[in-house]
Amino acid sequence: MITFDRVSKRYEEGHDALREISVDIKQDELVFITGHSGAGKSTLLRLIMLMDRPTRGQVIVDGQNLGSVRSRGIPQHRRNIGVVFQNHQLLFDRTVFDNVALPLIIAGYDHREVARRVRAALDKVGLLARERAMPITLSGGEQQRVGIARAVVGKPKILLADEPTGNLDPALSAEIMDLFEEFNQVGVTVLIASHDLVLISRLRHRIITLSQGCLVSGRAQ
Amino acid sequence: MVPRETARRKEGASLSRAGLRDQFSAWLQHHRLSAADSLRRVLDNPASSLLTWLVIGIALALPVGMNVALDNVSRVNAGWDSPAQISLFLQDGVSVERARQLEAELGARKDVGETRFISRKEALDEFRNLSGFADVLASLPENPLPDLILVTPVVTLDEPAVSALRVELQGNSDVAEAVLDMEWLQRLNSVMELSRRLVLVVGAMLVIGVLLILGNTIRLAIESRRDEIIIVKLVGGSNGFVRRPFLYTGLWYGVGGGVLAALLVSAALWFLEEPIGELVLLYESAFDLTGLGVMGALNLVILGGILGLAGAWLAVSRHLVHIEPR
Repeated sequence: MITFDRVSKRYEEGHDALREISVDIKQDELVFITGHSGAGKSTLLRLIMLMDRPTRGQVIVDGQNLGSVRSRGIPQHRRNIGVVFQNHQLLFDRTVFDNVALPLIIAGYDHREVARRVRAALDKVGLLARERAMPITLSGGEQQRVGIARAVVGKPKILLADEPTGNLDPALSAEIMDLFEEFNQVGVTVLIASHDLVLISRLRHRIITLSQGCLVSGRAQ
Repeated sequence: MVPRETARRKEGASLSRAGLRDQFSAWLQHHRLSAADSLRRVLDNPASSLLTWLVIGIALALPVGMNVALDNVSRVNAGWDSPAQISLFLQDGVSVERARQLEAELGARKDVGETRFISRKEALDEFRNLSGFADVLASLPENPLPDLILVTPVVTLDEPAVSALRVELQGNSDVAEAVLDMEWLQRLNSVMELSRRLVLVVGAMLVIGVLLILGNTIRLAIESRRDEIIIVKLVGGSNGFVRRPFLYTGLWYGVGGGVLAALLVSAALWFLEEPIGELVLLYESAFDLTGLGVMGALNLVILGGILGLAGAWLAVSRHLVHIEPR
């Protein structure tokens, strides 16, 4: 589903974020990416999102070589990927419902379909009762679940998460990870960057470890 | 950018994917919602929006008001019928018979519409009655006035032809002097022409000013919603999707400015109507002040809208591309 072929990323200031990374992630996988901060976890996700382009090498997502995606095609590419951020990235002047509906509105769904899917996504993360609430009135864990609902509402094939449990206590973190596993079980490829080794080593999934931009372990399942 | 009211609360049974037709109706709907949302944002800050509208309104009202004034002046100008009249002052020794013969000759010409002979005696009588210098004139040993033929060229004759006619008549041996009193009209015409160009120059500068003001206002609107733009781009919002609400914001500012400009011009005309009426009465002239009219006002609003869109486009194309998720 996601293939990195000898990918290197050097930022303009000369810092090598990724060096010759080759890794293959299959469609039914849930994969953790770990490493110290600055090891290149975020860069890996940014390349998949086309927030950055690799300096060398190729990234292939769902059969498409991202090198051939022009900037006009980036929005379409991003619609096929759900993303969850550490700091939620919610719109604080909109209701929970409107936040989750955003990807569907962008993709141009009929408003009845939007309502149906948003409710389904909110139900999945256990926040259906809070659909009219403003995000600011929610707890950190609830905000993160709104972020997850927004990421999955468009039924993406790939779900990326960058430190999704970064600000949460262990119990809430475990709940969030359970959610990701559920999505993975219905066929979504899930890629989670996290440095919470205690948490992720308890779950039985592949762990890709990066160190200073190099792949240390987890190349194969 | 993202409409607050996203969906009506209705459970739909359809499982339709986002097909082409749905895409189109969703696109239309996003236009409608963007327009409404932008308008609400503009109206949510009445004070600052009113300021923007006023700035645009005044900038548009100035050249448009000047133009309306010029239109009125040139209508007055056109109302003075056939100002080109050539006064032929005859030589001293020319007899009345010869003068009448000359008048008849001139009257027969194709380029002359009308002639009128005023003998020196008639001229003196008229002058005496009108000027009130009867006593002074009576004390003069002889009549100082010459015989006069007033020649009015046919109306179709243009200015150079009238001038040529004057030169030709000046050449007649019986004529002491042929005077064409047109200079003041030419002066007026050049002043009018100059004013028109001035209005164009001022108008062009103010239009550029309006574009820059709008561009800056939209730039600030973009800055204040930076986080939102980034999030929308992250979840797959295209540039068009992000651009739309800001273009509508520009449109609303421009349209509001246009409406204000039309109101300002109408108010100024209403304010000036009475003194102008009095002035016109003094000149015993029939004249009505012409305002913008419905079409003029409509055009002004449309112009405002176009400028609003253009200004917003300027800002959006410059600033939006630089806001990318980092």
